[in-house]
Amino acid sequence: MSLILYDEKINSRLLVGSAQYPSPALLVESVKKSQTEIITVSLRRESSGSQSGQEFWHLINQLKIRVLPNTAGCFTVKEAVTTAHMAREIFNTNWIKLEVIGEEDTLQPNVFALVEAAKILTEDGFKVFPYTTDDLIVANKLLEVGCEVLMPWAAPIGSGRGLNNPYGLQTMRSHFPHVPLIVDAGIGVPSHATQVMELGFDAVLINSAIAGAGQPEAMAEAFSLAIQAGRLAYKSIPIEARDMATPSTPIMGKAFL
Amino acid sequence: MNILVNNTATVVHEKNLLTILTELGYENLTIATAINGEFVPVSVREKVFLCEGDKLEILAPMQGG
Repeated sequence: MSLILYDEKINSRLLVGSAQYPSPALLVESVKKSQTEIITVSLRRESSGSQSGQEFWHLINQLKIRVLPNTAGCFTVKEAVTTAHMAREIFNTNWIKLEVIGEEDTLQPNVFALVEAAKILTEDGFKVFPYTTDDLIVANKLLEVGCEVLMPWAAPIGSGRGLNNPYGLQTMRSHFPHVPLIVDAGIGVPSHATQVMELGFDAVLINSAIAGAGQPEAMAEAFSLAIQAGRLAYKSIPIEARDMATPSTPIMGKAFL
Repeated sequence: MNILVNNTATVVHEKNLLTILTELGYENLTIATAINGEFVPVSVREKVFLCEGDKLEILAPMQGG
C-alpha cells in the first residue's frame, strides 16, 4: 500500500537528502539506486560568478522526482518562515521540511519556535513537514496548527547513532496511529531503518548515512531493501518477544530413546 | 550606493532591485531574494528600491538533507 503525504501518493518509503555526496554523479546514481521519489534540497547564497546553485538545480531537475525543500540552519521563526517563502518560489512547491534548530551541538529542534513557525506557514498554505522530537505534546501541537505529517528524529542529525529512544518512537506510533510518521535524522545503517519500519513508521529520511558511505550508491540500495524489509515485517505482524525458550520443533511424536 | 550583497560590501549604481540583479550578473538565474530579512517575490522586484546600507540576500538551490 502506498504512502499518502498531503494527498499525494508516494510509492517509495525512503526519502533521500541531497547533501554531502562525493560527486554529482554519485548523487544521481545513489538516488536512482534508492528508488526514492522525494529528495530534500536547500537554499544557500548564490554567487553570480560560480553559479553553483544553477548547476545543482539543473542536476536535480534531471532526476524528475519530487523535491522537499528544507529550512536547515534556521535558528529563529523569522529565518525559517522567510526561507520557506523563498523556497516556495524557487522550487515551485508548497511542501516544506521545517527545521528550527535550538542549539548547535545536537542540532536539536527548538520545538517552541517550530510550532510557532508551523502555524504561520500552514496558515499561508504550506504543507509542513516538521523536523521534531518524539515528544507527544509537541506532536499534538504541531497537528493542531495544521501539520499532517510528523518527522521525529531518531538521534541528532548526522550522528548515525540509530534509535536513541525506541520506546519514545514506539509510543509516538501508538499515540498517532493515523498520522504519517517519517523518522528524520540519526540513522546510521540499514538495520536502524529496518527497526524504524518494524515499529510501524511510514517512512525514513536518510542523507548522511548514504552520502557518507564508502559506496553511496550501494548503500542507497541497501537502505531501500532494508526499508522494504522492515515495512513487510511490520505488516506481517511479528511474534511477541518471550523471556523463556519455546521449542519450535513439535514435542509430539518425539521418540523416547 | 553601498549595500551588502550576501554579506559582502558591494557598490551598485542602480537602486531598483530588478536592475541591481542584472547589474550584478544574476539576470535569468533561478534565485530568490530578501531585503533586510524580508522576502521579496519575483513579481514585485521591479517595484522595490534599495537604500544605502540595505542587506540584500540572493539565494539559489543547494544541496540539503
